[in-house]
Amino acid sequence: MAHTLDVNGRSMSFDVPDQMPLLWALRDIGGLTGTKFGCGMGLCGACTVLIDGQAARSCITPVSAVTGRRITTIEGVGADETGNVVQKAWRELNVPQCGYCQPGQIMTATALLHSNTKPTDADIDAAMAGNICRCGTYPRIRAAIKRAADSARGEK
Amino acid sequence: MSTAVDREAGVSIGRRTVLKSAGALTGLVLYLRAAGTLAAEEPRKYGADAMPGGTVDDPLVFVSLQEDGRLTVTVHRPEMGQGIRTSLAMVIADELEADWARVRVTQAPADEDRYGSQNTDGSRSMRHFFAPMRRVGAAARAMLETAAALRWKVPVSEVAARNHEVVHLKSDRRLAFGVLAKDAAQLPVPARGEVRLKDPQAFRYIGRSDMQLVDGADIVEGRAQYGIDVRLDGMLYASIARPPVTGGKVAKYDGSAALRVPGVVKVVLLQSTALPAAFNPLGGVAVVATNTWAANQGRAALQIEWDDGVNETYESERYRKTLETAARAPAKAVRNDGDALGALAKSKRRVEAEYYLPHLAHATMEPPAAVARASGGKCEAWACVQAPQATRELIAEHLGLKPEDVTVHITLLGGGFGRKSKPDYVAEAALLSREMAGKPVKVTWTREDDLRHDYYHTVSVEHLEAALDASGKPTAWLHRTTAPTIGATFSLEANSQSPEEFGQSAIGLPFAIANFRLEVAEADAHTRIGWFRSVSNIPHAFAVQCFVAELAAAAGRDPKDYLLELIGPARRVDPRKLSDEWNYDESPQRYPVDAGRFRNVIEVVAGKAGWGRRLPQGRGLGIAAAYSFMTYAAAVVEVVVEKGVLSIPRVDIAIDCGPQINPDRIRSQVEGACIMGVSLATSG
Repeated sequence: MAHTLDVNGRSMSFDVPDQMPLLWALRDIGGLTGTKFGCGMGLCGACTVLIDGQAARSCITPVSAVTGRRITTIEGVGADETGNVVQKAWRELNVPQCGYCQPGQIMTATALLHSNTKPTDADIDAAMAGNICRCGTYPRIRAAIKRAADSARGEK
Repeated sequence: MSTAVDREAGVSIGRRTVLKSAGALTGLVLYLRAAGTLAAEEPRKYGADAMPGGTVDDPLVFVSLQEDGRLTVTVHRPEMGQGIRTSLAMVIADELEADWARVRVTQAPADEDRYGSQNTDGSRSMRHFFAPMRRVGAAARAMLETAAALRWKVPVSEVAARNHEVVHLKSDRRLAFGVLAKDAAQLPVPARGEVRLKDPQAFRYIGRSDMQLVDGADIVEGRAQYGIDVRLDGMLYASIARPPVTGGKVAKYDGSAALRVPGVVKVVLLQSTALPAAFNPLGGVAVVATNTWAANQGRAALQIEWDDGVNETYESERYRKTLETAARAPAKAVRNDGDALGALAKSKRRVEAEYYLPHLAHATMEPPAAVARASGGKCEAWACVQAPQATRELIAEHLGLKPEDVTVHITLLGGGFGRKSKPDYVAEAALLSREMAGKPVKVTWTREDDLRHDYYHTVSVEHLEAALDASGKPTAWLHRTTAPTIGATFSLEANSQSPEEFGQSAIGLPFAIANFRLEVAEADAHTRIGWFRSVSNIPHAFAVQCFVAELAAAAGRDPKDYLLELIGPARRVDPRKLSDEWNYDESPQRYPVDAGRFRNVIEVVAGKAGWGRRLPQGRGLGIAAAYSFMTYAAAVVEVVVEKGVLSIPRVDIAIDCGPQINPDRIRSQVEGACIMGVSLATSG
């Protein structure tokens, strides 16, 4: 069945079963491979996208649940002011190692900064707890979120 | 590491067997290639020369300069987060006097004849390729300088390359690199001995801490391409149910329900190969579909009966008892200084400890995944692999092709840690593409597949005993290490750790103990055992360092002082004097065991961590040091135990890895390794 989704401000049509997770629709049908598969159970955060600005696990979100909602993926988050400063901070601090989980980390971090412009370490740890990085980039992720927060508030 | 261990497997199963089975086992093909360099009378080769493929330092292979000045550097070692695409490019660009802003990096396909060793494990990339890549950059720089001198008709001694230009020093005339590209390409490549390297004082990029990752923008913007991301026209997607037990196979199956799942195209029986597992695909039943989700749904609908085979009863808790029994009985000594057994028997003060370390799964964030297209007697694959050439040979072997008919493109790896040194999953994609009449097929492992069918880090019991004299100093040391060997993945007869395994933090300890005995007990493998990050250093260094702390506690001494006393004064020790013939396949002259460097990391970290500071109740500091893959490392870990719950507020680490090319990536590796280590130690 055809589902019309708003992905990164663009209308995309997916002729897939209702229950297909958004992750696979984006990756295999839509060709947007920036959103990653990590576990398929909403446990690792690699597949995180924004749905109406909220971080969501695309691997356990059926396509039928997101029609008519605003979906932002890593390919589009740079158009968002906050997403852009997060990406910039990530680059400046060389956060990634292998980089595979970083799209999910960036999406969750962007959602955090949308709701909390000055997160503490505890806020960051709580918000990011569901995003796993096997390379262990957590200290830099925390530092990059703080840098992005400062930069978004104009404190360079 | 594969070469070394494969060599061991070859030795243990005998040359005739090797020759008979070589065609079926990629690991042993590698063995034969390595053995070719080890003929009886030849002097032993070390370092990169001991690796299949060796090194190549031809600038025409690694550097391409466009007339508009764009410089493309080919990196032949796979990137898995260690930063090698950035770091090797920095080395070439630096010696070449290139402007970093105009440097692009491209990834070499699998071709060791052309590029040299691509087997990216063993912490070798920079150790083995720093010097060759310096020569690449320097040779290219010399060619550009010569081209400019010829054009100006001046002696080459009057010109110098500087930041993407060649300058005539007397007249300050300048020619951009791009303008010289064509001329330079026509010139002969300078002989290796004539290449003039830069004075390290003049390095532009090497050693700088502010270098940005070459893949940074692609990663944060979602454009970076991993094995799992490759898309080809007409591509199909496969999910495979593999035998749950190593050595098992499909007894019977019914794919009819799977075929009714919308999107499923075909159900394919994949033959399981006989043990040893080597790099071979495990076999099973594959569901091929038009997308990953349909393939996974179809797979869930498969009805399969398995024949579990010889490892049917393997069970971790029971196997632990088997290992403990072996660890408590005398075993083969591989180092025996003095008379440790006699000294222990006579001792009035003995300390004994045993450390059990479970199997570990690599759990790379990107699970194994690959795309292949096999048609017309050729195969092309796109894969996240650490061992490009082994991948090429494995595909060739399974499809009955010649390696030169197989092309393997290397994507970024979403984590490697040694898992992706074993390319079984790429062969799966190749076999399925052939099954689908040459349509490209992507195989994606689920997370459950990854954890169930890993080449696990070995499980071990480390048994240690020591005798202490009246002052608390150890007079005897007995370490009995008991673990299934990686060699068993390549040979059914391998049943104890090889020199490459007990050579890691067990045999070559430069401890001042007169009676030192290392024993290696036998242990059969019942699953696929493989390289995992620092490999056998994990169980050995963990046990040895815990035990040193136990001895210090028994002696009532400070563990840092005690450890330093054991290491003794700064000196260089030939590893062979410590019964270590392997030495990570590096020259014992170039890489002796350096007690001074070992001491230094301990002293530095103790100073930075405030070792000896007073801590409130429930808090403590621990110290440990290890020499792993030619790097000296020491750590002080602060721990808090509150209401029975452990937390770790702070870890200090000092490492001495030799020359620092990209300090930021060294730091990031240490940060990450520290977190992974804590995770392994506390959660398995």
